Amino acid sequence: MPSPFSLLPSPASGIALRCTGLHRYLGVGEGRVHVLKGVSFEARRGEVVAIVGPSGCGKSTLLYLLGLLDQPDDGQIEINGAVMSNSDDAARTAARGAHIGFVFQFHFLMLEFSALENVMMPMRKLGRLAPDAMKARAHALLESVGLGAKTHRLGTQLSGGEQQRVAVARALANEPAILLADEPTGNLDAKNSALVFDLLTRLAKEQGQAVVLVTHNPEIAQRCDFTRAMRDGVFV
Amino acid sequence: MISPNLRIAFRFLTAKKRAMIMSLACTVLGVGLFIVTQATTSGFEEFFTRTILGINGAIRIEDRIQETMTSMAAAGSDDFYIANREGVKYIEGVEEPQRIADAVREFPNVRGVSAVVRGNVQLTSAFKTEDAQVLGINLEDHVRVSRLAEQIVAGELENFRSATGGALVGRVLADRLQLTVGDSVSVAARGQARRLKVSAIFETGYREVDKTNLYVLLPEARSLLRRPSGASFLQISLHDPARAPLDARRMEEILKHGAKPWQEREKTWLDVFRALRISTGITVSVFTLIASLAMFNTLAMIVLEKTKDIAILRSMGYERRDITRIFLWQAGIVLAIGSVLGALFGWIVTWLVERVPLRITGIFKADHFLVVRDGDHYLAAIATAVVMVMVASLIPARRAARLEPGDIVRGTAQ
Repeated sequence: MPSPFSLLPSPASGIALRCTGLHRYLGVGEGRVHVLKGVSFEARRGEVVAIVGPSGCGKSTLLYLLGLLDQPDDGQIEINGAVMSNSDDAARTAARGAHIGFVFQFHFLMLEFSALENVMMPMRKLGRLAPDAMKARAHALLESVGLGAKTHRLGTQLSGGEQQRVAVARALANEPAILLADEPTGNLDAKNSALVFDLLTRLAKEQGQAVVLVTHNPEIAQRCDFTRAMRDGVFV
Repeated sequence: MISPNLRIAFRFLTAKKRAMIMSLACTVLGVGLFIVTQATTSGFEEFFTRTILGINGAIRIEDRIQETMTSMAAAGSDDFYIANREGVKYIEGVEEPQRIADAVREFPNVRGVSAVVRGNVQLTSAFKTEDAQVLGINLEDHVRVSRLAEQIVAGELENFRSATGGALVGRVLADRLQLTVGDSVSVAARGQARRLKVSAIFETGYREVDKTNLYVLLPEARSLLRRPSGASFLQISLHDPARAPLDARRMEEILKHGAKPWQEREKTWLDVFRALRISTGITVSVFTLIASLAMFNTLAMIVLEKTKDIAILRSMGYERRDITRIFLWQAGIVLAIGSVLGALFGWIVTWLVERVPLRITGIFKADHFLVVRDGDHYLAAIATAVVMVMVASLIPARRAARLEPGDIVRGTAQ
């Protein structure tokens, strides 16, 4: 079967994502916490990077900043060479839609929609493909995550592992340069964890995407190309 | 292709069926009852208007205007000054009715003109005596400016036309005098009395008119009231009665006679109907208000329950305005379905109400509920619902759009 994916053009540097000197405070007043303390980081296409560390060290906060879901108090974020940290909400939203795919810990499927519709949702917003092409690509992606027979099942009719596989397919829908995964296997059993991780890394490698995943699972971290450990808001 | 926002809105809404049905039901009730109340109040108003136009015409020219800075005595013993305003005198009556009527007929909107001589008389039957008002008319002219021909409830108008000494008597007056068609009645005025024969009995539905009015042919009235020339007033009917104020103003300017349109003449009753229409409109708008609150509640619940979905959509590249639109689409879907069903409900209830027997006499006579089916009522009902529901929906929609996806996935969204 031909691959549903087209290889992304790779910039000379190969760096899809870079951040420098990121600071982030959360909370207000006396509860205000300095979560990220000048974090710098980069991820290249075709590489899978794991960010590990104890709970509360700032891993997820860093991931949301890298995914432009949040804004840093200081520092710079570049996506495919474009500085996005100071851009407005519309530009960050557009960049998310075009360049970034997310996989969250708790699947975050839209349960009223079928697996196929969930995968088509980012494509419908981006509007890069014709409706038939979107459908064909969504089918191919679901096929590639092993759910070709369950494309029309609603989110509620899928198991946790299946939902997470749909989430992986959805994250890849717009051929993003960067795939960010927050504890993608954290809510799955060992068998499904391995399955989802294999999928993520295989598909990302096939497409030449930079994959950044946050995990507590040392086995998963060991299987990544690089592992960066965090503690108290800095890489150690 | 269906907009992705509309698609998402529809699914969100159908996931909250019970809340959505509540909002929908209130919208249907709001739109439907608004239509019904407007249809009934307008129905009675329109029937009243038709009644009074059928009796008194659209415009009455009653007084001659004399522009002078000095007092003048008016000609004729019957005439007297009725007003004096900034050098203008209104002298009762029309001295040259034929000349004025000819000029009035030149107005393109005028359908007919009838010169009427009016006076007070006493009617005596074998049973009793009643005060009445005699109106001398040219029948051919008067049936063009009134619905007299349709108001005959006993006897034949043809008998009145052909026989001398005939009279058309109001139904209430006839009842009080115990007169029937063919009976003879004595009419006394200005010290003389003569006998007239009841040619027919009419009923306008306006009790005051049916209680006092008596029509005779113009020569008979002139003789009875000793008024050989002139007319008390000219009654005018128009092709478009709504334009009566404009035509009356122009007639006053050109003909130098006071001209009163029906809207001014019946202002009190028309104001009552307008107030009734507005007050019922406001009352039933409570349903629409409830619909808007229900919609607010539904959307607020959906926003709370769908924060994760909002975060997913935002992470996929859906903009804040997409989120706003998704929620406004939900209100739009409820409004669209509610408006269609509400309009249908309103039409059906109006149809049923029209069949409710209700005997009304006084300013008009009806034996059932009177309704008017007017597209403007439907538009006003839907517009009210659209404004109220959309305004109520804006708050949760904007709240949803303001949610930060980072806060949601971190679990700190407020």
